[in-house]
Amino acid sequence: MSFVKGLKCRECGREYPVKLLAGCEECFGPLEADYHYEAIAKKLTRDALSSRPRTIWKYRELLPLESEPKIGLATGGTPLIRAERLGRKLGIDNLYLKNDSVNCPTLSFKDRVTAVAVNKALEFKLEAVGCASTGNLANSVAANAAAAGLPSFILIPDNLEPSKVAATQIFGSRVIAVKGNYDAVNRLCSQIVDRYPWGFVNVNLRPFYAEGSKTIGYEVAEQLGWHAPDAIVIPMAGGAMISKIYKGLKELQRLGWISETERTRLYGAQAAGCNPIVDAVRRGTRDIRPVKPNTIAKSLAIGNPADGYYAASLISQSGGWAEDCTDDEIVAGIQLLAETEGIFTETAGGVTVAVAQKLVEQGRIQQKDLTVLAITGNGLKTLEALDLAPPQLIEPKLAAFEEVFGGAYHVA
Amino acid sequence: MSLKVVIPTPLRKYTAGAETVEVQAATVKEVLDNLDSKYPGFRASVCDETGGLRRFINIYLDGEDVRFLENLATPVADGAEIAIVPAISGG
Repeated sequence: MSFVKGLKCRECGREYPVKLLAGCEECFGPLEADYHYEAIAKKLTRDALSSRPRTIWKYRELLPLESEPKIGLATGGTPLIRAERLGRKLGIDNLYLKNDSVNCPTLSFKDRVTAVAVNKALEFKLEAVGCASTGNLANSVAANAAAAGLPSFILIPDNLEPSKVAATQIFGSRVIAVKGNYDAVNRLCSQIVDRYPWGFVNVNLRPFYAEGSKTIGYEVAEQLGWHAPDAIVIPMAGGAMISKIYKGLKELQRLGWISETERTRLYGAQAAGCNPIVDAVRRGTRDIRPVKPNTIAKSLAIGNPADGYYAASLISQSGGWAEDCTDDEIVAGIQLLAETEGIFTETAGGVTVAVAQKLVEQGRIQQKDLTVLAITGNGLKTLEALDLAPPQLIEPKLAAFEEVFGGAYHVA
Repeated sequence: MSLKVVIPTPLRKYTAGAETVEVQAATVKEVLDNLDSKYPGFRASVCDETGGLRRFINIYLDGEDVRFLENLATPVADGAEIAIVPAISGG
């Protein structure tokens, strides 16, 4: 069933057959799956898609698996929500939220990428899988590995949120905390993969893994009635998701499923305490200066983003922009989304909302723009970032209740 | 000054499969120069035409990215460990 032509280096164009490979063996550039698009266009139509179940596998011809997926079967197909109340607060008439905080099985967009990567690990008959992770990827690899019956090795920085650590350990994963930040963890994983015959989803399974993010672009376009949005705001850590959403939209144009003339401006969001891609966009360059992360948005705390170069390039080419926000603004963003739309997102989602607000204030996103915010993770995973007052405590008596709330509200 | 260099798999084609090699050098640049004279073609695979590090290659001196130090001009001490590591994505 596969329409994959092979792997191709994004830098030098060198082609490789489908195999376990971290990057181009000549120039170290990232590899991308390439497809027989003409054959896909002949076989598949938008109408045929409409009767398929709403999961990422709806678009399986555009994903790099050779056989039917075995795990992650319920992943994707998350809601695209019209956000009128948040839109009024932000000053956007046509605002939508792509709500991956309810993705399956582990409540973040990472379920999309690991579903592809772990199925690929099964195809390659690997003994074990693993990853370097800032949390969400850890949860998702651990869950999908458990479902696949594969052992998993998850390496994390030693300062992760306890809930993200627990939500990895519970799946029977070998979780190893590494002294240092994500970039140190990543370096170690690269060396582990060099020595052991395992599949690390973001290292030697990366060309396959990364393709999973395209499905956000497919779903958003299909949910908008096969239209590309005018603007999309996307949180950035390693910078891969933003370029894969772009790739997804370009593929839909290539297949003739959305109009060639529709252009989406890509907007990247980072925390001020870890903003190497925003910094590059502001300097008008694509060259990333690595930073040492210091932010509550730990899922975005990658100081040396491997795909930052492409993220910065595409943001500029698309006519978009990148912005950052402080930790206080992140918490305010989480609260604003929760109070207006009833969606509880993690710190990365707070970054997206806070940055969207700035982009409107700067006039970069206009009131009439059909705008999508990528809400990529769930708030229950980063409770530590919030500082909410404890609830008021009263005796179980009506008088006590009325003493606290009496007269303050009336029932309409 | 003698130091150890950790070679990633894709570059072991130059080092006859060796995972680590010993070199004499006083700076990171000299490390690469010396590796290149020992293993012709080595430098071109980690540096671009301008002589700078390729975008997707990181070099660490005792665990610290040399971009946080003085890049290729970073001095290296006797007994230090240099790791050449391709960039990887994540999250």
